[in-house]
Amino acid sequence: MDDHWLTRTSTIRLLWILFIAILAVTVGLDFVIDQHPLFGLGGTFGFGAWFGFASCVALVAIAKALGAVLKRPDSYYDS
Amino acid sequence: MTADLLAIPPGAVLIVGGLVLPLLGAPLRKALLLALPILTLYLVWQVPDGVVLETRYLAYRLVLVKGDALSRLFATVFSVMALAGALFALNQARVVELAAALCYAGAAIGVAFAGDLLTLFIFWELMAIASTVVVWSGGPTARAAGLRYAAIHLLGGVLLMAGIAGEVAATGSVAFGKLSLDSLSGWLILAGFLVNTGAPPFSAWLPDAYPESSWSGMVFLSAFTTKAAVYVLLRGFPGTELLIYVGLFMVFYGIVYAILENDMRRILAYSIVNQVGFMVTGIGIGTEMALNGAAAHAFAHIIYKALLLMSAGSVLFMTGRRKCTDLGGLFRTMPLTTICGIVGALSISSFPLTSGFVSKSMISEAAGQEGLMIVWYLLAAASAGVFLHAGIKFPWFVFFQKDSGLRPQDPTWNMRAAMILFAALCLTLGMAPTLLYSLLPFPVTFVPYTADHVVFQLQLLLFSGLAFFLMLGWLRRTLTITLDLDWLYRRLGVKLAGIFYVWATVFWKSWSSVVSQRGRGVATWLQRRYGPDGDLAQTWPTGAMTLCTVLVLAAYLILSSH
Repeated sequence: MDDHWLTRTSTIRLLWILFIAILAVTVGLDFVIDQHPLFGLGGTFGFGAWFGFASCVALVAIAKALGAVLKRPDSYYDS
Repeated sequence: MTADLLAIPPGAVLIVGGLVLPLLGAPLRKALLLALPILTLYLVWQVPDGVVLETRYLAYRLVLVKGDALSRLFATVFSVMALAGALFALNQARVVELAAALCYAGAAIGVAFAGDLLTLFIFWELMAIASTVVVWSGGPTARAAGLRYAAIHLLGGVLLMAGIAGEVAATGSVAFGKLSLDSLSGWLILAGFLVNTGAPPFSAWLPDAYPESSWSGMVFLSAFTTKAAVYVLLRGFPGTELLIYVGLFMVFYGIVYAILENDMRRILAYSIVNQVGFMVTGIGIGTEMALNGAAAHAFAHIIYKALLLMSAGSVLFMTGRRKCTDLGGLFRTMPLTTICGIVGALSISSFPLTSGFVSKSMISEAAGQEGLMIVWYLLAAASAGVFLHAGIKFPWFVFFQKDSGLRPQDPTWNMRAAMILFAALCLTLGMAPTLLYSLLPFPVTFVPYTADHVVFQLQLLLFSGLAFFLMLGWLRRTLTITLDLDWLYRRLGVKLAGIFYVWATVFWKSWSSVVSQRGRGVATWLQRRYGPDGDLAQTWPTGAMTLCTVLVLAAYLILSSH
């Protein structure tokens, strides 16, 4: 039933390879373009890449920690 | 011709139209639903700078319509939103929702052109009433949420009215311009405005009420209340530093709660708070570029957020399901809804070539130019977080993820047309930003498409995408909600009321017996003394009366002889 070409393992592997290649290119572009960093950290190599990645990891970690305290079954207010 | 048309406030067309809508037959109703927003849009563009329509009420000069670039910008996007929303909702069977939605849009346009505080307040409250009706049109499950929504907005209205009364008492004028926080009335007006933006501590009303509306209702709800509040903040409180911190809190609140959420429309509701947070931050920074950025972002946001909610609304309409845990794999049979949802998701994430990129980056740039380093870093981190919580999360869990086994088709032609219209607008504004920039209140010097800016944004977003897929296990959806400050009135308040009821009953029962016993005693005594058979009600003999008179006269004689 579930044989859509997008869900095949081979397609997914190809998409990952493509995605990683694009990631590498966007970071590689840092060698080529002129940068006008506004603040100190902005000038570090691949700033957008590592800062974006680190921000997301931090946000998910914060959300998980908050969720541990504040999550309730979704019928909580119905009872 | 033009002079006559000027006498019609643009918002009134939609309000009156909305009120007569339920009286009409289906064909005429559908025609008016599309024609009225177009007429309104035409009227909006006819409004020149300055006062257009005024009247006197008591001692006050009410300015019903006053135009400038900022007013026209918001009124334009409100009209466009009314048009696309009406197109999307054309086959909504609950006519009362459509009627309320038109009044709601008209009231928002009324706010955008209001030249004084009283006119502003009237349209502000009209928005609250009309939007409550839209929430209630969601059906029986929306009743309680709609009531909570109305209560919060009436509270906001009370704060606003108290502030306006104070302002008028102090200055003698009802004119609406830049306000100061030197007096209590200024703070009250700010608080009234902020309630409608979804600012803390009143953020929870938005994800509580909006997702309970119908598949079409939330498309309208997402656009007007919060953005009208952004408009009044832009006009009343530009450069108020407090707003930077309020805005940043909203930005991260929206992200964190959306990450934890399972309901697709609640995810999008949290992301409204998040996006309005960017605008509020821009208003707080207060430079011309920041205010332009906030206004531009409101314009772009209304369009891509409505697009996202049309996409989610189509899924809800076709499947009747809202939870990510029930959805997934819909891309197979809903290709157009998927693509339009992805365009909306890329726009909210400020992907280059979409509308979000040309608007949100102005706010970050303004923070950078002002030397607000921490603000700039936080906005950059939040931009990555937007892609995480809305940009990927929404399309991934609804359209891809796993195969839910659901095979719904794309929705009806009018819903598809509305989505295509707004998807095209998102891309057009992103590729031709001058269209948007020419409408802004201040001249634009900002250039969005520079090499380093585009590369930075691509790195930021693509690596947050990488983070999403690497952390997918952590982001797995569960059948949960996340508690918010509305717990105070939905749980604690109810509990306290329950306890109060029990104690009041006990108190009443014990004291009422004591009180009634005492009362009966008093009544018996009064009866004995003053009743028909009491001491004072007896008939006395005439002799006694004569004796009393003699005694009084004798006393008079003795006293007067001295």
